[in-house]
Amino acid sequence: MWIIVPLLCGLIFGAGLLISGMVQPTKVLGFLDIFGAWDPSLAVVMAAALAVSMPGFRLADRGAQPWFAGQYFRPGKSGIDLPLVTGAALFGIGWGLVGLCPGPALESLATLSPGVIVFVVAMAAGMIAHDAWQQSRLTAQRERQLAGAPDG
Amino acid sequence: MANFTPVSAAIGGVLIGLSAVLLMLSTGRVAGITGIFGGLLNLRSEDKGWRIAFIAGLILAPVIAGWIGYDMAAPKLPASWVVIVVAGLLVGFGTRLGGGCTSGHGICGIARLSPRSIAATIVFIVTAVITVAITHHMLGG
Repeated sequence: MWIIVPLLCGLIFGAGLLISGMVQPTKVLGFLDIFGAWDPSLAVVMAAALAVSMPGFRLADRGAQPWFAGQYFRPGKSGIDLPLVTGAALFGIGWGLVGLCPGPALESLATLSPGVIVFVVAMAAGMIAHDAWQQSRLTAQRERQLAGAPDG
Repeated sequence: MANFTPVSAAIGGVLIGLSAVLLMLSTGRVAGITGIFGGLLNLRSEDKGWRIAFIAGLILAPVIAGWIGYDMAAPKLPASWVVIVVAGLLVGFGTRLGGGCTSGHGICGIARLSPRSIAATIVFIVTAVITVAITHHMLGG
């Protein structure tokens, strides 16, 4: 029955995007369009979310383990590297072109809008392409190491 | 700033923050949509249950809102299918390469004061602002 909790989390997250208007690309583009009729709403959404998540995560830091899992899955990387910056820049270009990021894009599938479906399929293809590329790089790296390793 | 809606933005933001905290306290997971959805696309990952549940909730939210009389308008997208596909590919590839999007880096990562997330958020907001400046003002679109 614990699966109800992530479902509820998705519902609350979706309600937040819906109420704040962030599911609408026009609203998001209004924030990004600083040279036009600028709409700072997105900054308020982020600030309000952080006002809750900052103390909330600190609370989680104090607990030994989550309610329904053996451990906390925290991101392990800490340094700012080229993939991080390149990836964020590519994402920013795509976000600016259409005004959709992954959360609102998935939520908007509920409207059955053909444009949204095409966007989500392309987004999934981009993710799969990235993962396949990473996998082939890892495999090539491993083969090089094996070839260079001494016998035995 | 005629379109500024601070009250609904603050209420929505609080809900997004609550969702991220509840997911962390219950499953120990970061509420980053890129990570949740990306993990679902990876055939080898085994923990698909909570991912499917979260995304199902995300899509159900507007459906339930519709039942109580708040219909979500279909998003307004560019007329060009090429732009939609290119943007989708960039968002998918970029978020996976950069390890997160608006939710994972922008809300969960910054809440943990992660330098990676702060850097990523600055980079994707700045490039998105530049993209909008070029497409809306220089290309006259």
